[in-house]
Amino acid sequence: MFIVKYRKIFFIISIITIALSFYAIATKGFNAGIDFKGGSIIEVSYDKRPDIETLTTALNTAGFEGARIQMAGENDVMIKTRALSEVDRQNLTSTLAFKDLKMEEKKFSSIGPTVGAELRVKAWYAIILVILGIVIFIAYAFRHVSEPISSWKYGMITTATLLHDIIVPAGVFVWLGKEVDTLFIVALLSIMGVSVHDTIVVFDRIRENLRLRISSDFATTVGMSLRQTFTRSINTSLTVMLVLATLFFFGPASTKDFSLILWIGIGIGTYSSVFIASPLLVVLEKWQSKR
Amino acid sequence: MWKTRIGALLLLIIGAGIGYFIYASEPKLHEGKTVLGQTFAEKFPFKLGLDLSGGVQLVYQADVSSIKPGEVKNAMDALRDVIERRINTFGVSEPIVQIEEKGGITGPVEERLLVELPGITDVKMAVDMIGQTPKLEFMKERSKEELDAYNKAVEKFNADKEAGKPLVISAELLAGPYVATDLNGRFLERAVLEFDQTTREPIVSIVFNKQGSDMFAELTKENVNKTIAIYLDRELGNPDPISAPVVREAILGGKAQITGKFTAQEAKTLVGRLNSGALPVDKLDLLSTQTISAPLGAQALMAGVWAGVWGLVIVAAFLVLWYRLPGLVSVVALAIYVVIMLALFKFMGVTLTAAGIAGFILSMGMAVDANILIFERTKEELRKGHGVHDAIREGFARAWTSIRDSNISSIITAVILFWFGTSLIKGFALVFGLGVIVSMFTAISVSRTLLFALPFSGHGAVVRTLFGSGFFKLK
Repeated sequence: MFIVKYRKIFFIISIITIALSFYAIATKGFNAGIDFKGGSIIEVSYDKRPDIETLTTALNTAGFEGARIQMAGENDVMIKTRALSEVDRQNLTSTLAFKDLKMEEKKFSSIGPTVGAELRVKAWYAIILVILGIVIFIAYAFRHVSEPISSWKYGMITTATLLHDIIVPAGVFVWLGKEVDTLFIVALLSIMGVSVHDTIVVFDRIRENLRLRISSDFATTVGMSLRQTFTRSINTSLTVMLVLATLFFFGPASTKDFSLILWIGIGIGTYSSVFIASPLLVVLEKWQSKR
Repeated sequence: MWKTRIGALLLLIIGAGIGYFIYASEPKLHEGKTVLGQTFAEKFPFKLGLDLSGGVQLVYQADVSSIKPGEVKNAMDALRDVIERRINTFGVSEPIVQIEEKGGITGPVEERLLVELPGITDVKMAVDMIGQTPKLEFMKERSKEELDAYNKAVEKFNADKEAGKPLVISAELLAGPYVATDLNGRFLERAVLEFDQTTREPIVSIVFNKQGSDMFAELTKENVNKTIAIYLDRELGNPDPISAPVVREAILGGKAQITGKFTAQEAKTLVGRLNSGALPVDKLDLLSTQTISAPLGAQALMAGVWAGVWGLVIVAAFLVLWYRLPGLVSVVALAIYVVIMLALFKFMGVTLTAAGIAGFILSMGMAVDANILIFERTKEELRKGHGVHDAIREGFARAWTSIRDSNISSIITAVILFWFGTSLIKGFALVFGLGVIVSMFTAISVSRTLLFALPFSGHGAVVRTLFGSGFFKLK
């Protein structure tokens, strides 16, 4: 199978994309949403939208310096500020209600900084727990496979591909300047869930083929397993990516970014299961036999 | 063979039945009917989260620092009941009041109260109706020396005022003639409105709970022939006691009366507020607020529904075009998956949010995965020259381990997501986890029964074409 043969090319591609992702994260940094750092966001709709200067002046005089104003849709305005109390909120709403304009408050959320900090910590715990849970499960599920490489190595490789699958979309997201919020973390966790599906299907085929002894050469066995599962990997990802595309184009505004990152992540997850995870098995086996 | 066919027919009928049930239970979607709950099916509407129905979500932090650790849970339960009663008086439909315990891992345990009020977008009103605590306090006289100092301060103040001198509020004056006791509205069992037999003046009778009765007995015993001042909302700009009766003798039995400067209407309101309960915790702080207007929610809901419909159509088209006859079977299985999931949402009362709908749409894509695995295996077996039935049987058997292992790992992910969850994510995780389990049933049992019920056997050209795959003719 060409994938196993030319594995170095794919490894290099992945190393470069991971490096680029890290570069993007390091230079641009995560653009944390209000649910992670605390703050308020208000969305109002006007019959005739005032321009940015009018809004900025009004906000500054009312004591909301540093508020970020963003135009949304045709007549909507989104404003982000620090976490506001109920009194502040009423003040903000009345500031935004200009005399001769009709204004409607569509959405408001305010999240205190403690809640944000707590959510941040929990997000890390969740990611680490999912990875741990999956690794332990795979080591267990493949426990009868010890030749030529032991089951926990399957687990380790899965971890590597899982990290690969969340680092790259995270990098893309940072590069796009998108906001990182709770749904972003949910998306990363779901990507891991789907990606591990693909990896398990390929590994399961390798496990079966090893039992059937279809070849004495490990690399050939892996290659054949990959070929046998190739169509399914592509088709499954295709269906998932199709539904995610409908979610992106037709779905509610609040889940657009979510479907976008899932779309990217699932594409990358499929790629890594086929082009990275299984070839890595071959590499590990080669290292072992050399020793 | 006939057994399988009857089974297949039954599955189709049940699927259609559930489908009809869901259709009948949402008359709003197709009849514009607004009064629900008349038929059996209508008793199970979809529960929509705030982001889809519009409304207010408030998260409060309860200050429980003065409550003993063992009693925190009771206090929080009582708090929930109090808030629920207060909300109910405003007639909000299906409010949610939930206790959330936060922290533990990341720091000290914090007690939170989550309040969701669908259909209400006026935050000020919501905050007011939740936060309005009548704070009833019982205070006793200060010691003789302090009281003298206070009286002197009052005299001086009044004298200064008459003389037109600049006014100084001394510390004694600020402290007032009374000192706080531990007894307050928290120990109230109930309040009743009564009228004095002779004067016809309104009286508010209060009954203390067990602990309150003891405290009240103690307090009255210590203060015979002195006054006990009863304050209402002292910190909210009512610096004078509403009543300051002189204690004649120790009062046992935990009953007291407040008479004083209120009209019958005021007394009635006070009784109502006292009965709705004082907060059983020290303080409630508003941590976060979220409001979504109803039209915005409705818009998101429609978008979610249409995304789901289109997702289903596109996946169905792909499956039929690529996998042909088995593809058609898996579309039927997918349809059954969808109706079972929708029915589960209804019966389990799963709150649907935008994230939950996204999870459901994602799960439709994943539900097909098992079928794709099985069909690919079946095709391999067909290529080896097996008959259709044998190939299908082998296909299912061989694909099973992959399906099992990959789905278990998905369930692990769903469980962790559920744990991670704020309410937004819990919805997603629940839908995702349910989806994995239900799809294992539909993609395996349902498609298997349906496939075996089909009148095809052997491996002739027709069969190979029908069970082949790809957009073009089978090679």
